[in-house]
Amino acid sequence: MEFKVTPVMPQYIVTIGLEVHAQLNTRSKMFCGCAAEYGADPNTLTCPTCLGLPGALPVLNEAAIERTVLTGIMLGCTTPPVVKWDRKNYFYPDMPKNYQISQYDLPLCLGGGVPLYDLAYPKDAQRSIANPGKVVKLTRIHLEEDVAKSTHHDRFTTIDFNRAGTPLMEIVSEPDIDSAEEAFAYLNSLRQILIYGGVSDADMEKGQLRCDVNISVRPEGQKELGAKIELKNINSMSAVRRAIKAETSRQIDCLQRGEKLIQSTRRWDDDHGETTLMRTKEDAHDYRYFPDPDLLPVHTADILARVRAHVPELPHEKRARFERDYGCSTYDAGVLASDKALASYYEDAVAADAGVSAKKLANWVINDLLGVMNDNAIAITGCPVKPEQLSALVSTVESGKISGSQAKEVFNEMFQTRRSPEDIIKAKGFEQMNDAGALETMVDQIIAGAPDKVAEVRGGNEKAMNWFTGQVMKLSQGKANPKMVSELVRKRVLG
Amino acid sequence: MSLANETLASLRRRLAAREISPADIIRDLAAAIEAKNPSVGAYLSWDVDAAVTEAEQTDTSLPLGGVPIAIKDNINVTGQPCTCGSKILAENYRSPYDATSIRQLRAGGALPFGRLNMDEFAMGSSTENSALGVTRNPWDLDRIPGGSSGGSASSVASATAIAALGSDTGGSIRQPAALCGVVGVKPTYGRVSRFGLVAFASSLDQIGTLTKTVEDSALVLNHLCGHDPLDSTSLNEPVPDFAAALGRDIKGLRIGLPKEYFISGIHPAVADAVRAAIKTLESLGARVEEISLPHTDAGVSTYYILAPAEASANLARFDGVRYGHRTANATDILDHYFSSRAEGFGPEVKRRILLGTYVLSSGYYDAYYLKAQRARTLIRRDFEEAFQKVDVIVSPTAPSPAHKMGELKNNPLQAYLEDVFTIPANLAGLPAMSVPSGFAEEGGKKLPVGIQIIGKALDEVTMLRVAHAFEQASGLSHLAP
Ligand SMILES: [Zn+2]
Repeated sequence: MEFKVTPVMPQYIVTIGLEVHAQLNTRSKMFCGCAAEYGADPNTLTCPTCLGLPGALPVLNEAAIERTVLTGIMLGCTTPPVVKWDRKNYFYPDMPKNYQISQYDLPLCLGGGVPLYDLAYPKDAQRSIANPGKVVKLTRIHLEEDVAKSTHHDRFTTIDFNRAGTPLMEIVSEPDIDSAEEAFAYLNSLRQILIYGGVSDADMEKGQLRCDVNISVRPEGQKELGAKIELKNINSMSAVRRAIKAETSRQIDCLQRGEKLIQSTRRWDDDHGETTLMRTKEDAHDYRYFPDPDLLPVHTADILARVRAHVPELPHEKRARFERDYGCSTYDAGVLASDKALASYYEDAVAADAGVSAKKLANWVINDLLGVMNDNAIAITGCPVKPEQLSALVSTVESGKISGSQAKEVFNEMFQTRRSPEDIIKAKGFEQMNDAGALETMVDQIIAGAPDKVAEVRGGNEKAMNWFTGQVMKLSQGKANPKMVSELVRKRVLG
Repeated sequence: MSLANETLASLRRRLAAREISPADIIRDLAAAIEAKNPSVGAYLSWDVDAAVTEAEQTDTSLPLGGVPIAIKDNINVTGQPCTCGSKILAENYRSPYDATSIRQLRAGGALPFGRLNMDEFAMGSSTENSALGVTRNPWDLDRIPGGSSGGSASSVASATAIAALGSDTGGSIRQPAALCGVVGVKPTYGRVSRFGLVAFASSLDQIGTLTKTVEDSALVLNHLCGHDPLDSTSLNEPVPDFAAALGRDIKGLRIGLPKEYFISGIHPAVADAVRAAIKTLESLGARVEEISLPHTDAGVSTYYILAPAEASANLARFDGVRYGHRTANATDILDHYFSSRAEGFGPEVKRRILLGTYVLSSGYYDAYYLKAQRARTLIRRDFEEAFQKVDVIVSPTAPSPAHKMGELKNNPLQAYLEDVFTIPANLAGLPAMSVPSGFAEEGGKKLPVGIQIIGKALDEVTMLRVAHAFEQASGLSHLAP
């Protein structure tokens, strides 16, 4: 999608911080046994606790705590020895208790950072960011419960409490992001890491990843940050970029007109490409946080020890290993590592055949496999070509048994029919002729029929040699091993 | 004689001997309620047919098999109302689930029967804050039964219940028990699951029993107590057989009398009753000594910061969106909230929500909530130190016998002082109970007074043993007006 870019005037500095809400992919909700699923019939996944019925009490979901702690370890955060839960008080119809159980002053994770990855797939991702290698600092990550989902109709609102109580991590960055592109890269990297850790499915379209943006603009030379303006209602990865660009230029326009910006919350309208004022600081909620007396503080030492055993290799670590161990280019390694499932596919393919060229295999995965997958909108987990089949195909090409163009044909057939490359090669009769005796007979036959050409070659026109190779290929209906043929032609004509 | 007049222990013996059936008890209770409830007003609702049907299916071989237990109207029982004495839940709310305490009683064979009046959301100590009806003291119908479990105490005292469940946040079981001449027990915080008890102040609330005798309480507590994975504050501790521990003598047991509880404002009859009780306990071989709980005077103010703070959040869910009273013709969502809650809550509940909201507000949190938490720690430490020296602590339960109806209605601050002796045990999470210890004479009427026995954390056994020994020696057992 195209969007209008207003260039940021050099005399203004933009400071951005992101508050990302990520739904954890636990089986049950944060404080009750209800299933945490997306897409069930409204209000079917509820119980007294997540409906906020009188007398119902919350019980902590250990798996949600573990996933949050794991996220913290992956992002280099520290986990305090004791954490607790607090009540955040405000009235809203999607909030069953009219307070949200959240974490105020002792969250599960403090500090840490998100490394910005400069290469990613799919195509709309940035191929490069301004500061490759930058790590955006995090303030904290805390664990809380999600609210229900309101749907506004003409004259009324319906509420689906299936989502109420789903475990939600709030990942708060420092105001450490300098541009829309960096914010986008941040989200992208964070998303990759969450998926790598298996903690969240992080699908923004399903609301599993939500993002509020804080932006402030100040003139160059001014030390203190400008007024913090929060953007809400940003519902896709690309909208984050659009919203930041639009809001940045709005704020700069204001400053240039001599207006004063005030701390406020604004709503992003993606259809109109603009933000509108929701509330100013004066209307800000007093959340009256206090420790939730229904939940005891949690000691984290045992959880940390348990979780440390399950920290996965992170995208950038995998990328470095692919470069080092498989000889992948930086770009290829980046693309492969950007998606955990894709990386596993690639590694399975490499492991299937000790002799296969891992570098060639990377080319195949990126250039051929991903292309056709995207065209058909298939995820790598549903790929009809098994990793070992792709590996076998690449080995076959490498050994010279079939030609490159034949291999592409075989690959397409594999993708369509799920058959093995061996079967397809046989069926298509692509098996190469490598029998030296048979090839010699054919070469001799051509030589015998073209004494003038032989003379030409012997007279010094070595290029005419290709004519013989071509004739043999024709005679063999393309099956002859072209390498062997050209060697034989050289030997017989010149030798 | 009506079975309604009997103790739980005696009914159990007769049920076990097959002299009577559970349905007989329900029918006698129903007759007693029909006769007395119009004047006493302990019950808000009761369903005889459902109870008889259920009674016919109970297993009388179970320890509480066939015994009906009346339930304070803030504990959820499937299919029954759970009004909390409030208009906001009175119209249309039926519980879709059983509280854990109810499940445990059912597992012991007991039948939850009848819903008992209470101060709205357990806020009060007279039951006059109920929006749904007036409950009177069976000893003098012009007087309050105490509260907030006033329905529970008056039902047992008027022999319209065999035993009742109540909840105690600052004395809500013990004070009405004292005023109605029955036994009221608040176990250690965490002993009884709060799952299904409509929260007033979560860190203080505890379900307990109101019965005619100490033994009856012990029998019910045997089933009421126990760990519940649905309540994170529930204690995972073994539950002793409380009833089996009764009857052992109390020779050599050390009893502490906190000097701070005996200074001013105590009604002479209450002071006399406590003095007599101490003599009785000494005559049983207990060693009585004075102790100090130096932070006692901070108790009431600490309580009236922490309890409303928690309540302000706990009661936020009553918004008319999913259940409960919903205003007609709201213009927008804010109007919906304001009007539904303004119409649904009574004045005392509003007062405490305002108080709680205030003390949690930004800028006031440290001065009130945080300071109160620190005071709570000091009060807890007072008890820890005292219990180095003594086994139980004895005090008056309430400063005076039952007031006249309406006497404190317009004086909330005076009403708050009714809980001065009972609040500290809630703040410290300790087990505490009230047993009848005598009478005051007012206008030719006998008004019961009680003593409070506070035990060490998780040591209900010693507390009950002392209460039982006192009850047996004093003869103040199974009182009836
Ligand atoms: Zn639920």
